[in-house]
Amino acid sequence: MNVENPVKADRWSVAGRSFTSRLIVGTGKYKSLEENAAAVEASGAEIVTVAVRRVNVSNPNEPMLTDFIDPKKITYLPNTAGCFTADDAIRTLRLAREAGGWNLVKLEVLGEAKTLYPDMRETLRATEVLVKEGFEPMVYCVDDPIAAKQLEEAGAVAIMPLGAPIGSGLGIQNRVTIRLIVEGAGVPVLVDAGVGTASDAAQAMELGCDGVLMNTAIAEAKDPVMMARAMKAAVEAGRLAYLSGRMQKRRYADPSSPLAGLI
Amino acid sequence: MTIDHTVQVRINGEHRRVNEGISIAELVSELGFDPVRVAVERNLEVVPRSTLRDVAVEDGDELEIVRFVGGG
Repeated sequence: MNVENPVKADRWSVAGRSFTSRLIVGTGKYKSLEENAAAVEASGAEIVTVAVRRVNVSNPNEPMLTDFIDPKKITYLPNTAGCFTADDAIRTLRLAREAGGWNLVKLEVLGEAKTLYPDMRETLRATEVLVKEGFEPMVYCVDDPIAAKQLEEAGAVAIMPLGAPIGSGLGIQNRVTIRLIVEGAGVPVLVDAGVGTASDAAQAMELGCDGVLMNTAIAEAKDPVMMARAMKAAVEAGRLAYLSGRMQKRRYADPSSPLAGLI
Repeated sequence: MTIDHTVQVRINGEHRRVNEGISIAELVSELGFDPVRVAVERNLEVVPRSTLRDVAVEDGDELEIVRFVGGG
């Protein structure tokens, strides 16, 4: 590893595409497209999630996201947010593929509006169909190592367990299961949802995750651009801490200054 | 189809009358959108962008025209 700039040299890849930044950011909930673009820039993200929605037929001149965030420079990862069945999610992604022209997508099939917890039965079914159709789905899922294995077997190109409910900002609720998923996975694992502040992102990376995906933590900060910078730093710090191999924990103190030579 | 040579279709859930024989690409342009920046579904089937010029809108078609927007 490059000692001068260890983060730059430490790339990760998903479905054959290689990236430097391990932070994926959403593009929802911003006050303006300008602020959104500035936050993406500050985050250093190379991938952004986007939603697929009907055009507004009564106002064709609405500003387009693509005018502010260039899909030639930043990889657009279309999502299926708002889909509660496998069929809706598949339909959405077929359109997304046509709109964007690529197969790398984010699948999420939600179970209920209150928690936005994923419906894993529908998620698994959608994964199987999408893979058959040539998609490369990165899949939002529960923090369950068995569900993660099943998704990987079904062809998911990345496993994206929630740290806590979408938009909650509660941080990683179960570090043990996230770590179990990381240890068992043969594809990248990214914590998706639940990150509230920088330490949550660092924790995800310290657990060995390949990346973190977040939206609300940045968009709903008082200063989203500054929080985007904080998240970039946190993901890099967490990654370096993970790679460096942290010290063992002890139950009692261990002095840092030598005992020999005490006056 | 009517005497004024229009057909009735539904676009993003709204009923509209459009000229008979119009292609999907022409319809999208007429609505004010760039066909290169949207995706179109016709009766639940995606219409490949390369064929938008060749597919004529038919009476009773259900069309969905979508684009990318901000989302998490």
